[in-house]
Parts: sequence; structure tokens; C-alpha cells
Amino acid sequence: MADTGVVTDDEFVVDESRRKLLLTATAATGALGVAFAAAPFIASWTPSERAQALGLPTELDLAPLEAGQMTVTVWRKQPIYVVHRTADMVATLGNHQALLKDPQSSDSEQPAYAANRTRSRTPEYLVLVGTCTHLGCLPKAHFEPHDPEIGAYWPGGWLCPCHGSRFDLAGRVFEGSPASVNLRVPPYAFAGPRKLVIGVDQV
Amino acid sequence: MSVEVHPPGAPPVKTGRLRAWFYKRFPIEEFISDQLTGYYAPKNFNFWYYFGVLSLVVLVLQLFTGIFLTMFYKVGEATSFSSVEFIMREVDYGWLIRYLHSTGASAFFLVVYLHMFRALLYGSYKAPRELLWIIGMVVYLALMAEAFFGYVLPWGNMSYWAAQVIVNVFGTIPAIGPGLVEWIRGDYGIADATLNRFFALHVVAVPLALLLLVMLHLVALRRTGSSNPDGIEIKDHLGPDGHPIDGIPFHPYYTIKDTVGVGVFLVVFSIVVFFVPTFGGYLLEPANFEMANPLSTPPEITPSWYLTPYYAILRGIPNQRLGALLLLLAILAYFFLPWLDRSPVKSMRYKGWLSRTFLALFVIAFLGLIYAGQHGVEPIYVLIGRVCTVLYFAYFVLMPWYTRIERVKPAPDRLRFRAHA
Repeated sequence: MADTGVVTDDEFVVDESRRKLLLTATAATGALGVAFAAAPFIASWTPSERAQALGLPTELDLAPLEAGQMTVTVWRKQPIYVVHRTADMVATLGNHQALLKDPQSSDSEQPAYAANRTRSRTPEYLVLVGTCTHLGCLPKAHFEPHDPEIGAYWPGGWLCPCHGSRFDLAGRVFEGSPASVNLRVPPYAFAGPRKLVIGVDQV
Repeated sequence: MSVEVHPPGAPPVKTGRLRAWFYKRFPIEEFISDQLTGYYAPKNFNFWYYFGVLSLVVLVLQLFTGIFLTMFYKVGEATSFSSVEFIMREVDYGWLIRYLHSTGASAFFLVVYLHMFRALLYGSYKAPRELLWIIGMVVYLALMAEAFFGYVLPWGNMSYWAAQVIVNVFGTIPAIGPGLVEWIRGDYGIADATLNRFFALHVVAVPLALLLLVMLHLVALRRTGSSNPDGIEIKDHLGPDGHPIDGIPFHPYYTIKDTVGVGVFLVVFSIVVFFVPTFGGYLLEPANFEMANPLSTPPEITPSWYLTPYYAILRGIPNQRLGALLLLLAILAYFFLPWLDRSPVKSMRYKGWLSRTFLALFVIAFLGLIYAGQHGVEPIYVLIGRVCTVLYFAYFVLMPWYTRIERVKPAPDRLRFRAHA
């Protein structure tokens, strides 16, 4: 009998398991394709080559910074606080451990060489990322101890105007602040006795 | 000369030849009949039922004014701020178009909040309208995103810091947080890249999503029918014509009623636009008249009034992850309302005094959070914020309990409504 190409009813048997396999395979291939197609669009949102190039290390001359003063510079669009701490300021750091959330900075972010009592390479210079670890506002400097607006316990430090987080002169956060961890210490190094480089671990 | 057309399920319509021409090629009459003349709504709608249609009016207003603003606005770190000044000072009627858009944003939230309050008052979220409510809540989420992106575009200092704070909320997510924040910003701080993508989201992506969601909201509404102040189903009593006895066609009855509401709304809206467009710093904040400055936080960072409740919850918690989690829960809680409410009746008219008290406390808490969130971090405002946070969550968390134990009045069988004599 010649093949007419017509399927009669008794020949027409649907292989359900085969159909299910084909459906699943098609859907899975399609889903995989969507995932691959989405990747470039998702990747387009990461910092561009230009943004990365502009994020290279930045230098700061420390000579004009007198003891007790703070200056602000910018690295990777973030304000960097550099404080020339006096001996008195450094001395207060050990006096209020009990009031701090993370006195040893064990849950906080800093390079290994700043994971110490003063959170710095040398006790006199403190380098911090000046954005509150809570939600990124700029904590304001209140270096005067016992500031009546803050409280008699106040050893000097920063107060965030947005949500009231308080930090001491090593950037460590006080109990009762919405921020949970200490201010971050960026990678930095000294290119000379009075020359700071922010963004690298060594020069 | 007129022709008769016969839409299925509706009486024959005498219509002009042009309309008949269209009718052969496009289901005009069916659409009008399905959506307006043949859509039966409960006959006892009151004041609270204006706010759905008002949100549609404001949506159209925002789309229209937004398109015109896009014609003059130049996105970019260097150009955004000055192009808004250009619109305000040099484009003919640019100030009007911008004030319509900025006032429209606040008006949108005002009418949406009143629309949501109506749902809480009359139990519009309860079965069979759970999906209608959930779609509505997704609209609300999209609206918050839209408002936030729009707020960043003028690139004033408050725009910048609002972006900084809100984007950093995502940084509190364990493990992926910091990477996610960098991905959202497209730079190591809020920058040109961030502004540019927020512009794309504000003018294209979110408006498209909003239009689709609003359409789905209306489609779901057409399936369940509108709720009403008595919280009973008018479909339970159909007349001989198959329509609810207690229902009246949306058009002309409610289109006429809504026209009056829209008129009153536009009068109030125009008064704000023409006489108090900044509303004493509530609609347009003074800190935003200064250009974005990454090295200077405004003395007090507060979002626009319509987002302050969540902001007050966030900052009242002395732990950043818990604060962000509560912020998320405060918004998600609405989604669960249909299942938290165990009351046998829908409307507050028949619920007991416990439900009424908790709803009243919730409204007070919401207003209290708006108030507290607009102020600095002085202890009194943090305290008000915390008390209101507790009341806010009490409304949701205790709902399964208080709706079950309270004594309710029996809901009537038919709508209680007497037309004006």
C-alpha cells in the first residue's frame, strides 16, 4: 500500500512520556538560553572600565595637617577621613571599651595592619572611610570631649546626623547606635613620613 | 443615518455609520458594555470610593507631565541639576509642568493611601478579592520605586543622599550585600552611572510595569466586582435580567459621580500647584535646591513624607540588619492581610470594637511615623518612632487574634442604602 501521508485514527497513538520529555527538554533549554542572554545585561550594571580606572589609588600630603586636625579627601567617590591624632586622643581610646559594640574590631572591616588598638598603621594617623556603616551618611566630627549635646561620657569622635550612630576616635561604634560595625579602614600606605597613599596596601 | 449593532450579551445599540464601521473591525461596543454600561457596581459607594479613579487620573497626569519634562531634562552628573533650573526659569511654563509633576507625586501617594485605607475600612482585601489586593500592593511597591528614582533625578543634595541611604539598605543583606550595592550603583559611590540608570528606570521601565499592573488590577476587579461599605457580595442577589439587584451600571451612574470627585480633586490640586508648590518643604525640600555634594550630608536626611513611615521604622532600630528587616516586613505585612483577618464580616460597620481600635491605632501609628521620620534623631522623635512601630506591627500581628475573639454584628443580607429623597 502506498504511503499517502494520512494518519488514520488507529495509527495515531500519542507517546505521553516522550512528549513530556520533549516539553521538559525544550523548556529547560529555553530557560538556560534566557539565563545566558540575561548575563550581559546584568554585567552591564557593574562598574565600567572608566569607573574602575578612576578608582585608582590617591595621594595625600600630610605635612599641613596639624595634631588634632582632620582632613577629608576622596577615593573611589568615598570621602576619606584622615585624622592627625594627639597623644591625648590616642590615650582616651582604652577608657571606654565597655561602651563599644565591637571594641576589638573583630566584626569590622580593616586591613590586617590596622586590626589593632588604634586601628591604624601608626597611632598618630587615623585613616577611615567617612561613610557611616549604617546607611552611608557622613558622620560629623565632634572631637571636643564631654560634648554637652551628646553626653558626659563622650570621649570625642563622630556623630552621624542621619540616624545618630556614634563613633570614637578610632572609628569604633558605640552601643545604642543603629550602625552595627566600626567605620571601615581603607587600604593605605605611607610613601614617605608625611605622604599618604590611599587604595594600596604597600608602595 | 443610523445602523443597529448587536453586541453579545447586551441590548442592540443604534449607532452612527462610522461607529458601525469600526464595530465590524474592532470590539468597541463589547468593550464599552463590559467595562462601563454592563459593569454593575454596588449602589452604595460613598466618599471613600473616589480614590481609585483619582489614582488613575494622577497616573495619567504623571505620564503626561513626565513626557514633557523628559523633553527638557538632561540626565547626567554635570547637567541634571542645571537642566531642572533651566526648566524652572527658561522654558515657557516649565515651572508649571514641573510643579504639576512634583505635586502629582505627592498627590499620587495621598490618593493611594486613602484608597488603601478604604480597603482596610471595608475589608476589600478579603476573599474573593485577595489577588486584587495583592496586585494593588505590587502597584504600591512599583509606585514607591518610581517615586524614589524620580526623586534622585534633579540631582540636588537631598537626591544624592536619599540615593546613598536607600541603596545602602541593600548592603545590609548578608553575604551578597556589598557586591549588590556596587552593582546597583555601577560605581564605588552614587555617581553618573547610578543617575543614568535610575533615569532609564524612572521614565521607561517602571512606568511600563505600572501601566501593566494597573491594567491587571482592573482586570481582577472586573472578575470579583467592587467591594462596598457593607462588605457583602451583591452578586448573591441577581435580578431577572441576571444583574445584581443592588448594583447599578458603572456608566452613567459612577462616571458622573466620579466626575464630581475629579473636579473637587483638581481644585485642591491646583491650589497646591499654584500657591504652595513646595508646601513648606514637604513636597520639595530646601536641601534639594543645592546641587549634589558627596562631601556634605544635609543636616537632616529625611525622605519625602510618603516614604517616612518606613524610614522612621528603619532608623528606630539600633541594629542595621534588624532595621532593614523590619522595613521589609512593614511593607510585606500588607500582602498577608487577606489571611490575617479571621473575622466573619468584612466591613468595619459590623466588626467589633477591637478591630476598630486597632485600625484607629494603626492610622495614628502611620501618621506618627510620618511625623517622627521627618525630624532629626533627637530622642523624642526616635521614641515616637519606636512606639508607633510597635502599634503598626500590632495591627497586623494581633489581627488573627482580635478578629476572631471579638463580637461582631451580623452583616445584612442586602445593601443598606437609601437614595436621597
